[in-house]
Amino acid sequence: MSQPIHVSTVQRTSAPALSVQGLTITYQAKRGDVQAVRNVSFDVGRGEALAIIGESGSGKTTLGLGIVRLLPSTATIRQGELLYRRFGAAGNGGGTSATSEVDVLQLKGRDLRQFRWKECAMVFQAALNAFNPVLRVSDQFGDTARAHGYLQGRELADRARHLFELVRLDSERVWRAYPHELSGGMRQRVLIALGLLLEPQLLILDEPTTALDILTQRNIMDVLKDLRQKLDFSLIFISHDLSLAAELADRVATMYAGKLVELSDVYTTFKNPVHPYTIGLIHAVPTLTAHRDHVSSIPGSPPDLIDLPSGCKFHPRCPLADQRCREEEPELAPASEAHHWVACWNWQSASDRLHNGQKGASA
Amino acid sequence: MSELIRLEHVTRRFQVKRQQAIKAVDDVSFDVRESEILCVVGESGCGKTTTGKIISGLLPPSEGRVFYRGQDITTLKGADWKAYRLGVQMIHQDPYASLNPTHSTYQTLAAPLKRHGFASSEAGIRARAKELLEMVDLTPASDFLDKYPHQLSGGQRQRVAVARSLTVNPSFIVADEAVSMVDVSIRISLLNTLLRLKQDMGLAVLFITHDLALAKYFAWEGRIGVMYLGRLVELAPARQLVEAPQHPYTKVLLSAIPEADPDVTRTKQHLQLRSMDVPSLLRLPDGCAFHPRCPFFDGEACEKVVPPFTFFRDGSAVACHPVQRQREAEIIAAPTGMD
Repeated sequence: MSQPIHVSTVQRTSAPALSVQGLTITYQAKRGDVQAVRNVSFDVGRGEALAIIGESGSGKTTLGLGIVRLLPSTATIRQGELLYRRFGAAGNGGGTSATSEVDVLQLKGRDLRQFRWKECAMVFQAALNAFNPVLRVSDQFGDTARAHGYLQGRELADRARHLFELVRLDSERVWRAYPHELSGGMRQRVLIALGLLLEPQLLILDEPTTALDILTQRNIMDVLKDLRQKLDFSLIFISHDLSLAAELADRVATMYAGKLVELSDVYTTFKNPVHPYTIGLIHAVPTLTAHRDHVSSIPGSPPDLIDLPSGCKFHPRCPLADQRCREEEPELAPASEAHHWVACWNWQSASDRLHNGQKGASA
Repeated sequence: MSELIRLEHVTRRFQVKRQQAIKAVDDVSFDVRESEILCVVGESGCGKTTTGKIISGLLPPSEGRVFYRGQDITTLKGADWKAYRLGVQMIHQDPYASLNPTHSTYQTLAAPLKRHGFASSEAGIRARAKELLEMVDLTPASDFLDKYPHQLSGGQRQRVAVARSLTVNPSFIVADEAVSMVDVSIRISLLNTLLRLKQDMGLAVLFITHDLALAKYFAWEGRIGVMYLGRLVELAPARQLVEAPQHPYTKVLLSAIPEADPDVTRTKQHLQLRSMDVPSLLRLPDGCAFHPRCPFFDGEACEKVVPPFTFFRDGSAVACHPVQRQREAEIIAAPTGMD
């Protein structure tokens, strides 16, 4: 039943590894449609790490699942385009290399299965549930390799040992172990290794450090930094933890009520955010160095995705909301700096009006 | 401020197999004064929740004693026992689990009010319930009174749980990871509500968390205690603990935490542990439990002798041999009952 992959070979040097265009995903529920992802567009460059930050219920995980086409049957992709570029071997001059483009939403059957894991792998939250509890780690690797026609036996074990070294695991101990014999941090690292088994170009991590202890989190962050230096892959990680984004990301996308509201390089996100929600979120998280007076909450609570407010979805909680915000929803548009995008009618004055008095004395 | 709760050498064992027991809490001593905030910080399995349950009277200690307003709680009977149990209330982590899904907010608040005779008439209960909802910033209160948990957001549910703990006019609240299930953007407002209640009603709070930054924010004027594998390893005024940590474990924790500022977090120096493996509570190392991982490991004493919890002139207390040696001149006698 498989259909040919829609492929067009193009010659580009700086083409993104993944382009998401106008992606819209809804879930059917008794009360109505849950608008989990609304008209989301972004690119992920080759070798780049993009953080998607937002609160629970902002649609981050749905977005990740949509990219690997693993949405549950109650979800529908209403609109949008997912273009994935497979890069050929890089030329010695680092210049042109043959790439092929895949329209991910058109993939079916075998092609789709090959796309998942071989091209784009996702590591899920809750590391224990991602394993089959009655299989040893070696068998989980074996199953994955077999399903994708990858290495077997000795060669597979060698490849796994290499990956375990990269994620700082003792392969002797881990290879024959059952999932319950491993600690939370070890499981997470085994899953990262398993995700990288088929050498995907794109790895999606959903809340990679949530529910782990501080010292284990530090270990995972160091492992991820290390992997990015040693291997060539793009990374999308989904997190509610701003400091994880500050530590690991090249660019940061802020998500609110299913929509990207701000997208910029990591330094701009933290030094010069212009969306009132991003600004609010940064101030809402106490840090070790922040003075108590510079921490403040965002009023109200996140909206119901079935019954979204009119206009800008953040307007009921936004200190800058005016008539236009209540009526008309702003789309992601360029802000002053290059590669800085924001969806806010008042972004030009937001920084001044919200930073003053909050940030003032912290310098 | 007079002392409200005092733990003296409290140990709590749990039988895990027929012949084996673990010490979830091991020889822990500290006090909490009236209207004080004490945050207990540590990683999973360090004994912080067990400590909270012992203080709330939900678990008896295996050894050691707990005092409430100067009285050993095991000797309390009748009205005194009831006064203690009402005086110390607990707020749990998960408001989805701690609130009865078939009870409206009114029913949730009315039950303790009736049971303990704080209000009797229907009108009196309604009035008091409204007052309580206003105290936790659920306004207008009439909007929330007849709602069921599933009609409330996570943050609102936790506020109802806080209101319920206030029905019996407690003097002490044990909050166990009370904001960790609440959305990031509204955590601070919930903490601010608790801080205001502390201010207005003179409540003392034992706040259990794994988040040191949150602990610093909440305990700004209070103290933070750090636990590791069942033991209290450091206790100090909150800002002092974060800005000038003494115990190697506290130092390692603080150095590991990422900051929400790319410049700061990417240049931060991380202390390296000697081992990533956390020892099992079933087979704790001899001496200091942290010694196999400690970057400041310093010889035989660390391996063989459990370091005593030592008090210093600046208000801190630390259980570490090297720290004790370095700061010998600053050691002071332990407060009563805590030696």
